[in-house]
Amino acid sequence: MAIELKMPALSPTMEEGTLARWLVKEGDSVSSGDILAEIETDKATMEFEAVDEGVITSIAVPEGTENVKVGTVIALIAGEDEAPMPATPTPAADPEPVAPATVEPVAETPKPVSTPKTVADPAILAGTTMATVTVREALRDAMAEEMRRDDRVFVMGEEVAEYQGAYKVTQGLLDEFGPRRVIDTPITEYGFAGVGTGAAMGGLRPIIEFMTFNFAMQAIDHIINSAAKTNYMSGGQMRCPIVFRGPNGAAARVGAQHSQNYAPWYASVPGLIVLSPYDAADAKGLLKAAIRSEDPVVFLENELLYGRNFEVPAVDDYVLPIGKARIVREGSDLTIVSYSIGVGFALEAAEKLAGEGIEAEVIDLRSLRPLDKATILASLAKTNRLLVAEEGWATCSIGSEIAAICMEEGFDDLDAPVMRVANEDVPMPYAANLERATLINADKIVVAAKKMLGR
Amino acid sequence: MAKTPAKKTGKSASASGDVIANRERPETPVPYKASKDELLKFYKDMLLIRRFEEKAGQLYGLGLIGGFCHLYIGQEAVAIGLQSALTPGKDSVITGYRDHGHMLAYGIDPNVIMAELTGRAAGISRGKGGSMHMFSTEHKFYGGHGIVGAQVSLGTGLAFGHKYSGDGGVCLAYFGDGASNQGQVYESFNMAELWKLPIIFVIENNQYAMGTSVNRASAEDQLYRRGESFRIPGLQVDGMDVLAVRGAAEVALDWVRSGKGPILLEMKTYRYRGHSMSDPAKYRSREEVQAVREKSDPIDGCKDDLLAMGVGEDELKAIEKEIRAIVNASAEFAEQAPEPDLSELHTDVLVETY
Repeated sequence: MAIELKMPALSPTMEEGTLARWLVKEGDSVSSGDILAEIETDKATMEFEAVDEGVITSIAVPEGTENVKVGTVIALIAGEDEAPMPATPTPAADPEPVAPATVEPVAETPKPVSTPKTVADPAILAGTTMATVTVREALRDAMAEEMRRDDRVFVMGEEVAEYQGAYKVTQGLLDEFGPRRVIDTPITEYGFAGVGTGAAMGGLRPIIEFMTFNFAMQAIDHIINSAAKTNYMSGGQMRCPIVFRGPNGAAARVGAQHSQNYAPWYASVPGLIVLSPYDAADAKGLLKAAIRSEDPVVFLENELLYGRNFEVPAVDDYVLPIGKARIVREGSDLTIVSYSIGVGFALEAAEKLAGEGIEAEVIDLRSLRPLDKATILASLAKTNRLLVAEEGWATCSIGSEIAAICMEEGFDDLDAPVMRVANEDVPMPYAANLERATLINADKIVVAAKKMLGR
Repeated sequence: MAKTPAKKTGKSASASGDVIANRERPETPVPYKASKDELLKFYKDMLLIRRFEEKAGQLYGLGLIGGFCHLYIGQEAVAIGLQSALTPGKDSVITGYRDHGHMLAYGIDPNVIMAELTGRAAGISRGKGGSMHMFSTEHKFYGGHGIVGAQVSLGTGLAFGHKYSGDGGVCLAYFGDGASNQGQVYESFNMAELWKLPIIFVIENNQYAMGTSVNRASAEDQLYRRGESFRIPGLQVDGMDVLAVRGAAEVALDWVRSGKGPILLEMKTYRYRGHSMSDPAKYRSREEVQAVREKSDPIDGCKDDLLAMGVGEDELKAIEKEIRAIVNASAEFAEQAPEPDLSELHTDVLVETY
């Protein structure tokens, strides 16, 4: 009785991987726990263990094959009859009905957006050589460059050194900078956020990585009460140049306690800088700016974007100004404002709307505090309709803030009420269908945009 | 400052190490003397967790389980040894996100646990919680918590409730070696001892907090001592031996039920799999894992004891077959069960309507 071995999903966001190496060959006997193969995801190389006992009868995917989709049959095992699995009488002799094709493992992982009529960043001079880089690499490069430039800069957090980063953002930093500057902490968010804040007060330039911003809630007292208010309370004497960074927002199927957008929380606090880039160039240019800033910066990344490729200027020192939004697509019929992963959905929506003759302008806020009101209001004056797309709750959101600004300072330019397209007002459900229904996507933006235009 | 060895008093040191003078100490635990039937039950319960978790790993690989999935393989003796000593419906249990084993230890239907892992309406949290967030108030099992260390304060609150209402219950609060460095753990220790709350703090020391070994993260790596400065006595226990665990549970329950306040058990155990399914586990060697599996596997150890008691291979084979059938049926159930209805999206956010 043959058992099909399928390409496993080894992380919440994995859709395909490289079958790096087979550790068994046809004819080998294997038992539960034996390592069959090494599989590379975009984050790591993982070992794939046997669960059943039997003999490898055929290897269907040779080693070295790239882009093997999750669920692809990679080998067959002839099982022993000892455990006939009575509940599933035909375990795998024929294709199982419940392959990942019917139940998407990572349904929420957005498809890479085909680059539409986007506008080049005016900060990048025409003719600049570009390199294709993932967001993950761009963040790492930003840290490495700043660490080379300034010995006061160090990275501290859970699994940042020997493990090479829980999401591999700090990969290679320990090798280059050593354990003095790349520091693994115990699981003590409140403690190490305080240690970092104190080190910043004393003159160092810490980068504090939170494994995710969900865990920064343990440490939010230091971010807000200690870091954000120091300069003010000391009458400008005592600075706190620190960067708190890590993934923020929903990932894929990680449930209520691990899927939350904290952007509105931090953006409401005077004394903080809050940045939330979408693409790799902004991730790099803004993180470098954050590390150089004299002020405490909350730098909100997104796990689902880490593995995505973008063009990044191949220049020596790419630093962006803090506080500047960017028009990523020009249009005249309405403005879609977003940040972080929402920008991808906004661009996708704009493409769909263009197919129906609606030209949307898309603004990537990049900086949430300070907020680039001028860019938002200028676009509103041009299109007269504005919608905010935000992967997070609508109540007391960045979208709410922008709606208020448009009312207070752009009222005469409004031809329609400002709309918020946001997640459903519930804690993040785990079930795939409920999670899908909760999160924003391009189609929800399209529906709202058409409604605003009366179409 | 260099670490100075803890002071030893004249009397012989207990199994847990040091004795602090002028303080009452719990008795040194001895392995539980299980009857054949009891031991068979332990074996069966541990095997159910093992096979269930292997199946969960398989379903994760197939994409049927998403997000994070933390398996309990290797640690089975801890949950079975401890929870078998509790009084169901009276004592309470709380843990972190590695929670499947603790639910199975309570005899909760594997079908509704597996269906929660696949995010189906039939799941114990109706598909809304997932692997990390499962609860059964019927069993006084309070979850299922995703933030490292949070369950220690919450468990202290459950113990506060037991004392407040005088229901005679004890809270068993599990946490890992990683969580033992969180500040709220010590804030809770202080209150628990100060108010003599009926709680057993259980550190499941599986040696690695994700990829960080205990000695890379803990200044005092003998974790059973972590409560001593709060006057909470600690015992170190072989968490790979279900009888040793059960023996320690008896001592701990006696201590707590007699009103002496909290006690801390450090269970020395080991997880065979990665921290979660997406852990490449490069921080330890394959040989290290293999050595533990071969030398101190809790299920193999129990099996040897059963054979020595005269239980036949046939009987054990039949148990294996029965467990596999239960687990396969749970997987089948969890694959076939429908997803939650979309109308469930906005239910359970608040209890009342305003």
